[in-house]
Order: sequence, then structure tokens, then C-alpha cells
Amino acid sequence: MTTQTPTAASTTSSLLSHPLTIPELLSGRPRAEAAAALRAALDGKTVVYVGLGTCGLASGGMDIWNRLEAMNQSGRIAVILKKTGCIGYCQNEVMVDIKKPGRPRVSFGNVTPERLETIVASYLEKDELPRDLVLGISESYPEGPDFAIPAEWSGIPRFKDLPFFRKQLRIVLRNCGNLDPDSLEEYLAAGGYQALAKALRMPRAQVIAEVTASGLRGRGGGGFPTGRKWEFAFRQESDQKYIVMNADEGDPGAFMDRSVLEGDPHRVIEGMAIGGYAIGATKGYIYVRAEYPLAIEKLTRAIDQCRRVGLLGKNILDSGVDFDLTLKMGAGAFVCGEETALIASIEGKRGMPRPRPPFPAVAGVFGKPTVINNVETFANVPDILWKGARWFSSIGTEKSKGTKVFALTGKVNLSGLIEVPMGISLREIIYDIGGGIPQGGQFKAAQIGGPSGGCLPASCLDTPIDYDSLINAGAMMGSGGLVVMDDKTCMVDVARYFINFTRAESCGKCIPCREGIARLQEMLDTIVQAPESEKGNMTLERFKSVIDLRHTCELIRDTAACGLGQTAPNPILSTLRYFKEEYEAHIYDRHCPAGKCKSLLTFRIEPEACKGCGICKKKCPNAAIVGEIKHSHYIVKDKCIRCGVCAEVCPFKAIHVS
Amino acid sequence: MKPTCACQASRQIPSPPPALAEILNRYAPQKREYLIPILQETQGCFKYLSREAMIHIAHHVGVPVSKVYGVATFYNQFKLVAPGQHTILVCRGTACHVRGSDQLLRAFESELGIQAGQTTKDGLITLDVVACLGSCSIAPVITIDGKFHGRLETKDAARLVAEIRKGAGK
Repeated sequence: MTTQTPTAASTTSSLLSHPLTIPELLSGRPRAEAAAALRAALDGKTVVYVGLGTCGLASGGMDIWNRLEAMNQSGRIAVILKKTGCIGYCQNEVMVDIKKPGRPRVSFGNVTPERLETIVASYLEKDELPRDLVLGISESYPEGPDFAIPAEWSGIPRFKDLPFFRKQLRIVLRNCGNLDPDSLEEYLAAGGYQALAKALRMPRAQVIAEVTASGLRGRGGGGFPTGRKWEFAFRQESDQKYIVMNADEGDPGAFMDRSVLEGDPHRVIEGMAIGGYAIGATKGYIYVRAEYPLAIEKLTRAIDQCRRVGLLGKNILDSGVDFDLTLKMGAGAFVCGEETALIASIEGKRGMPRPRPPFPAVAGVFGKPTVINNVETFANVPDILWKGARWFSSIGTEKSKGTKVFALTGKVNLSGLIEVPMGISLREIIYDIGGGIPQGGQFKAAQIGGPSGGCLPASCLDTPIDYDSLINAGAMMGSGGLVVMDDKTCMVDVARYFINFTRAESCGKCIPCREGIARLQEMLDTIVQAPESEKGNMTLERFKSVIDLRHTCELIRDTAACGLGQTAPNPILSTLRYFKEEYEAHIYDRHCPAGKCKSLLTFRIEPEACKGCGICKKKCPNAAIVGEIKHSHYIVKDKCIRCGVCAEVCPFKAIHVS
Repeated sequence: MKPTCACQASRQIPSPPPALAEILNRYAPQKREYLIPILQETQGCFKYLSREAMIHIAHHVGVPVSKVYGVATFYNQFKLVAPGQHTILVCRGTACHVRGSDQLLRAFESELGIQAGQTTKDGLITLDVVACLGSCSIAPVITIDGKFHGRLETKDAARLVAEIRKGAGK
């Protein structure tokens, strides 16, 4: 009995024993050899893939993996175990895929230890497919997308036909969840590093021209044309230039970059190497969040593999060009998403932005010309170079080309990571891909772009998703967080949540951001707090702050020093624009329509429904409930802190909230 | 020039403890760009950044202690006080917020009798918040010593805290 857990070593052919070269890569031989080696290694064997991205791990993936390993060791099963990244169907983690010889790869979702037992007992041991646990049939490497489905499996959908995947177009995420991110061979077998070889044969200016012609725009938020950015840096004369990948994904509710780094690290390395060659940089930095330990591990391994076969280091691919990468761990500061702040952080300083010009393309890291792009931007580059600008620009809208990755989360049935062509409508994303709102809820808003973005209401559901339409609608593309909210979400509370976040993350350098956002927070706090008394000028203050709210927002937007400060009021401005009536309900009627702002609620015990059990009295943290056992209780309004504990614990639903 | 200020005087400090010296030796001295990696490794080793450690680091990197303190207080990652034996991190990302992480955080606060960012008096549990753990599909989510717990409700707080206390034999 052989138990095998192949890592890079066990599938290594002679292929990776010597440095790769450009003609070799362009001949397609490494690709074919890697594919053949993989096929040979897997031939006649059953392969079990476990999704072990962060979401898989968080759902208990490691437990499943360990159980499978133990079964392998005890001889109960004899399979090859492989770890993959995240395919994006996060709602169904832990996902386990099984590829038997001569059969397509079949995917099981929400695998628990009990379900794993069923899967192993029926499919692995008896060859009976437990159909009710099957999600669909997925694509496997190196076979690719063309495979026949056996007749007895009719009715089981292919992944690409599932509603969640049907409207997606995967360029950046193509390999995520399919390839083993720890294996350079698998990336080569999928056509990896051919684009780099092709680029190194082209003059630098031509590489930039290709990227410019493709219409690729920065995926980190602002949407600046990538080709133009590269050209600025290319034109600078300097002994040293740098290329930096911004993987400091600080937006709450966004995990696009993490998934790409964990699932397909070689793709971004290839993109960076192409960018480095194009602008003439010999050194690159990857600035990645320290909170992403798995992504750091995958990147470190991938960089190491590349150095061994001459894809990074001196004279890469025997082209005469040097390029190497250094990992820098971000220490957790949202403001480091801003280019100049990120540069300060790389230099070992407090991550505070500085005025531009000079732009980083002129004076960036250590004062040298520097290009900073986002993870997803770099991940698009290899395909643009390999398939051509014309192919890329055929996808998307007139001014926004290609695809965009979104982290679809919140009150939506299928959370996950999706990649859609630009120009798709919000409605298609939320209802077709995301499967609508759970528990029969009503769609209220979609928050796009994180703390710098805005909330779009139902009337914007048919807005096409592209850079310019989103800006016109009062949101922005951002890095790709898309949080769906239903009627139980209070928009004032959401605005307050984001302002809290930006206030805590403001670097404190410029006054509009440091002081202005603190003022905004005070104003929102007075709106959602019930006044202790109507005496004095408290009521006046409330109304005054409301009048000031929009003015202060506009002031910060117009005067803050960096992009993050200027966009910080967006959550308020967009909710004021579309959900003004909610602000009015809070201010004039002291009422939170969604029932979220607790301090505006009043709690009352319905005397008829109360059986006098005394549970609420016992649980009340402020001793605000009085009453005798078996007699109906009463809440003392002045003592109630509106925590809602009584309503939660009451067995008779006698607590009335209004 | 003669040393006059406190940070210059720190040049006569005793040699750093072995574990810290080992970290410092891995980085070339007098290079500001290594400051953050050194702070990260130091915290990884000692769980927090002590005043003494920061003085040694300043000396190695060749910047005033005030600058090291400035960097250490700027980034969320760095802690200047020793954390408890166990750490509960409550995710405050947008998806978690929409699914009720604020109530969850309050439940932990009342269960432990401390505010986010504090440690219980017995030094057992530190409660903290994090901007986003990136596991939005199982929101609201927390980690206890790095282990994820997802799809939580407020009533789970008491159970999880009890489990930690039980594990610690208290």
C-alpha cells in the first residue's frame, strides 16, 4: 500500500532540474512536459482535493484533511491527497473534490466529518455516488474543460452551468481552486510563464503599449489606466526602479486579493515580473497583510520555486534581465492602501501619505521611480500579454475593460468570490449569481467599495458595474467588496459603522480627515442616541448637526490630503442621497425603521402575555425589571439600557419592542 | 559630539537578551527599512513590544527611540502590553457587522467584564477586534488563538468563554 501526498517533489520531472529559458517556454515543451508528468503521476489513481484556502480552513477543512490522511495511512483508502485554494463557492466550504480514473472530477459541498464518512463509504469504497451531497462536476487539470460526463451521472450539473458560475467569466480566478498553489509544475501545465517569456522577447515599450491598448485599469480602487502608469515610470531615467504589489487588503468585507494569492500565487508573480521588465525595475516588493499568514506562506514558497528555475533572480530565463522579489509584511493600517503611505511603510516609517507630486512613478520607494499596482491588476497582465490586447479589450464596456473580482457577502444566499465581466448589472450579481436575499428578506442596498464606497439602493440594481457608472451613482469600484444589505439593516448605522472605521484608521496627518471625521462621528452618534432629556440645547444641537452633516462631508471630500480622506465621507453622502427618509425618521421621529439602533427603541412588557417567570428580571444587566413571580413584570424606562437581553430570553415573547 | 539626550544615552545600554539579539543579528544594522520586520519578529517572539526591546531595536536600527515608538503605535499589529494567555479576536468587517457582530462583541464584553482591547484581571483572556478576517461567508466570525469559529450568535459567547476557562482549569 502506498500512501502518497505529493508535493512539488513527488511530481517533479527532469523539467525543473535546470533553469528554464525563453525559447524553451515559447516552444510549449515545459507546458506539455509538466502536463505529461502530472498525468503520469495521477494515472490510474484516485485523487482527492480538499479546498484549504482561509475560508476552507475556517470552516474546518484541516479536520477533514487530517481524517483523509489518517484513512490513507490506515490503508482504508489509497488516494492521492491534494490541497487547493478557494474556488470562490465559499458558502459550501468545506469542499472536497474526488477525481477517479476515467471519471470527471466531482465536487462535494459542506463536508462535515459525518458526510465525509458517507462519501468515503459509498463513493470511494463502493463506487456509488451519494448524489445528494454532490455540488457539481468541476474541471480538472491537466484535462481541461473538455470532458465527457458518464451516462449514469446525467442530471448532475457541470460547475460552469450552475447559477453561481454561469454568469461569471474567470480570468484572474481561473486557476483558483483547480490548481495546487504549491506546485510550479501545475502552473506550468496550465500555460504559466509563457507570457513572461513572450514579454521578454518584446521591446519594453511594446509591452507597455500592449497593456495600454488592452484598456486595463487599476483594480485597487481609483481605476487609473495601468499602461499609462507604467509608461510614466518607464520614461524616468534612474539607476534603480521598483515595482510594488499592493496586497494590503484593508477593506473590511473584502478578500479578493487573499484568495488570489492563496490560490494562484504564480500568476501574480508572473504579472509582476512582466511589469518589472516593462518599466525597467530589477527589484519588486510584495506588500502583503501580516493577517494573511497562508497567503504569505504560499508566496514565499512560490518565490523560492521561481528562484530555483531561473524565473526570478539574476538573468531571468537567460534573457539578460534581472528581477527579484522581496516580501514585506504590512502591519495593519488601512491608510497604507494609499500609494505614498505604502511607500513610507516599506521604508520603515509611519504609513502616512505625502502630497503629490512628485508621483511615485517619479519618486517612490527610496526616492526612486516606482510603480504600485494591486494584486488583481497584476493577475490580469499574463493573460493580456499572452492572448493580446484585442482579446482583453473585447471583454467589458467601452471604458472599463476585462473582468472584476468581487467578494460577494452580507445578506445574500451564496456568499463567495466571483469574477464577472465589466458592465454586468448589480441585479444579475445579487439575484442570479448570489441567489437572492435569504429568508425571504427584501433587498435594501448594496455597499460597493468598502469605506471609500457607497450604498446603492434598489433603484440602482440595473446600473452596469463599471468604473464610471459606479462613480456617477455615488459609489466606487474600490477593490471589490460587495456587501448586500436587507431590510433589517439600518443605513444610518451602516454609515456610522464606516465612519467609526475611518476615524480609527485616519493617520492623523491632515486636519480635515483627523478632525472632520471625528465631528461626523459625533453627529451620527447624536442621531442614533435617544436624548436623555429634551431640556437645554440638546435638541438644537441635534438639528444643527444634521444641517452641518452634508456640509462637513463635502468639506472633507474637497480638502483632505489623500484619496482615503477625500472618499471617507462617501458612506454618508451616498446614504443621504438614497436613504434620506431613514435619517429623517431617526432625527424627527426618534425611530429606527430597521430596529437596529437600540438606543432609539423602547421595551415594554405585554401584561397579558407575561407569565411572571422572572427570567428577564434575572438576566437584566441593569436591574430595570421589577415584578413578583407569577405576576406580570414591568420595565422601568429610566433604568432600561435597551440592550435587548430581555426580549432575547423571554420564553413567551411578551417583550414588545418599538 | 557628546550624547546629550536620553536616546543618545541609550547607546550605553546593556546588551539585549539572547532571543532579541538573535533577531537583531539577522538584520543589517543602521537600516531603517528593517525596522518594521524587526518589530514584527520581536512581537512574534515576545508576544508584545516591551520598552526595553524598543530601546534595543532603536539602537540597532540607528533611529531615536521616539521614532520606534511612533511606528509601534501607528500600526494596529503592534501591542505594547503583554496579552493574556488566550486571545479572542472578534471580526468587525462589514459582512460580519451586517450579520450582527456588534451584538456579538457586546456579548463577549459583558461575559468577560472587559472592553475590547483589554485583558481579564487573571491574565487569562484578551478580547480584541480586527478589521476583517476575510472569512465573510461564515460571518459573524471570531478567532480564539487563531482557530476560527463562524456563524455565531450572541448566545455562543458564554459557551466559548466557558470552554476557554474550562481548558485553563479555572
